[in-house]
Amino acid sequence: MRALTRGLLGVAGFLVIWELFGRSGLVPAEYLPPPSVVGVELIGLLGDEAFLRDVVATVLALLIAVGLSIGIAVPLGLVLGSVPAVRHATRAVVEFLRPIPSVALIPLAILVLGVGPEMKISLAVYAAVWPILFNTIYALDELDPLLVETARVFGTGRVRVLFAVALPSALPFVLTGIRLAATTCLVVLVSVELLAGGSGGLGQFIMEARSGAGRMDLVLAGTVVAGVIGFAVNEGLERAQRRWVAWSSVTGGRS
Amino acid sequence: MTAMLSVAELGHTYQAKDGAHTAIADLSFTVGAGELVCVVGPSGCGKSTLLRTISGLIRPTHGAISLHGNAVQGVPDDLAVVFQDYSRSLFPWLSVQKNVEFPLRRSLGRAARRARAAEALEWVGLSGATRKYPWQLSGGMQQRVAIARALAYRPALLLMDEPFASVDAQTRFELEDLLLKVKREHDTTVLVVTHDIDESVYLGDRILVLSGSPASVVADLAVDLPAQRDQITTRESEAFVALRAEVARLLNVGKSTKALRAKRKANEQSAAKWAEAERAEVSRAEAEDRATTS
Repeated sequence: MRALTRGLLGVAGFLVIWELFGRSGLVPAEYLPPPSVVGVELIGLLGDEAFLRDVVATVLALLIAVGLSIGIAVPLGLVLGSVPAVRHATRAVVEFLRPIPSVALIPLAILVLGVGPEMKISLAVYAAVWPILFNTIYALDELDPLLVETARVFGTGRVRVLFAVALPSALPFVLTGIRLAATTCLVVLVSVELLAGGSGGLGQFIMEARSGAGRMDLVLAGTVVAGVIGFAVNEGLERAQRRWVAWSSVTGGRS
Repeated sequence: MTAMLSVAELGHTYQAKDGAHTAIADLSFTVGAGELVCVVGPSGCGKSTLLRTISGLIRPTHGAISLHGNAVQGVPDDLAVVFQDYSRSLFPWLSVQKNVEFPLRRSLGRAARRARAAEALEWVGLSGATRKYPWQLSGGMQQRVAIARALAYRPALLLMDEPFASVDAQTRFELEDLLLKVKREHDTTVLVVTHDIDESVYLGDRILVLSGSPASVVADLAVDLPAQRDQITTRESEAFVALRAEVARLLNVGKSTKALRAKRKANEQSAAKWAEAERAEVSRAEAEDRATTS
């Protein structure tokens, strides 16, 4: 409870500074509306169907993108992490692809996939696969050989060792990867919505609010909602991690 | 007494890029059904290589091992191992109950598994801790879980690799007595690898004394102590003291004859390199395994 109180105090402090700054006249009020103004707009927006549809579009895309990233990166990580030959063969390609910013792929993605939601989801998946993939591979490297030996002497076959020993042992790292991936997904989704538009979402809402009437209060309200979504996703995943893999923190991160 | 385990002219040489290291040379012995045999040897003499070959994790370069008449090729079905490092050998994400059930997942249904695990946990006095997780238990209790897991598997042979080397003296006594009790009550055949002379005399029906690297059998001693042993009276008995002295003397003899060779070898090649060679060996054996299974 104390932690919650402190957190709320921090948020309140931030809002007070923002309010004072916004009203100080250091920046024109229409560029940086104070939270009291943005807050009123936000409450109004929460009753606005078009805005809510944008929020749902982004959240839905986020869930799909995270799900797909997990579905791609975890099996791939298991293969790359347990078969050194495949890993060596793919290293150069992986190291080439990984640093490419997904927003740089927007033109290509629009050409190939059009401007529908599958385009932004694909780009988000592209960015989110890496943290999960690398955490999975890393976790397999850290897998204690004695655990594997134990399973092997009790007659556990190779494939079962992968699923009954390697995967649960890797879970804490994988969940951390998923948490990082979810945040990355949100960033990419909103960026692509903002830059490419076409499929709705929070980014597009922000873009339209800015370009049409220059309504910075709406822009900031949208930004706040994006921040809240990111916070909620991170918090939820952190909780899941604490609950499912409590053993890893008590055993000193050993997996 | 029929032989449960027989090891004949076993030898193992690790191949590294810049030379070969013979961990075991010409090792032969048998373990009878229901017997508890202790293998003592100086540290680094190849005890763990012996254990790995018996458990089928690595294939020896020569010689043969058979478990109740069947040649050991790959991991045998009815063999259980208790490792020294209990904290790394129990699955931290599984409860005590599930850890004990783990080896039974293939062969038994859910209810049977649960009953078997509960029974084994009762043998080691851990009925109250079934829902706990390994990290919530003391070291001694964790090793009891590992023992229960091995017993629940009903192995033809229970291999123990320095099983009590990582617990405090008091716990060690308790676990030794526990092992003797379950061995007596369930007629388990046990091979304990240890470097502790007192422990080998206290636990064993027989003691195999190994020489330094490469390991070979220096002596095969019958332990002439009553089956019912006691940490205080047994350890102060004349027979115990005499036997302990004999084992110690044999170990020293084993050491001195090999000392020169071992020393020269140690200078030539560091221990770390042999550890690496062994790892390579294990993965090579696994690769071979994979090739044969696929």
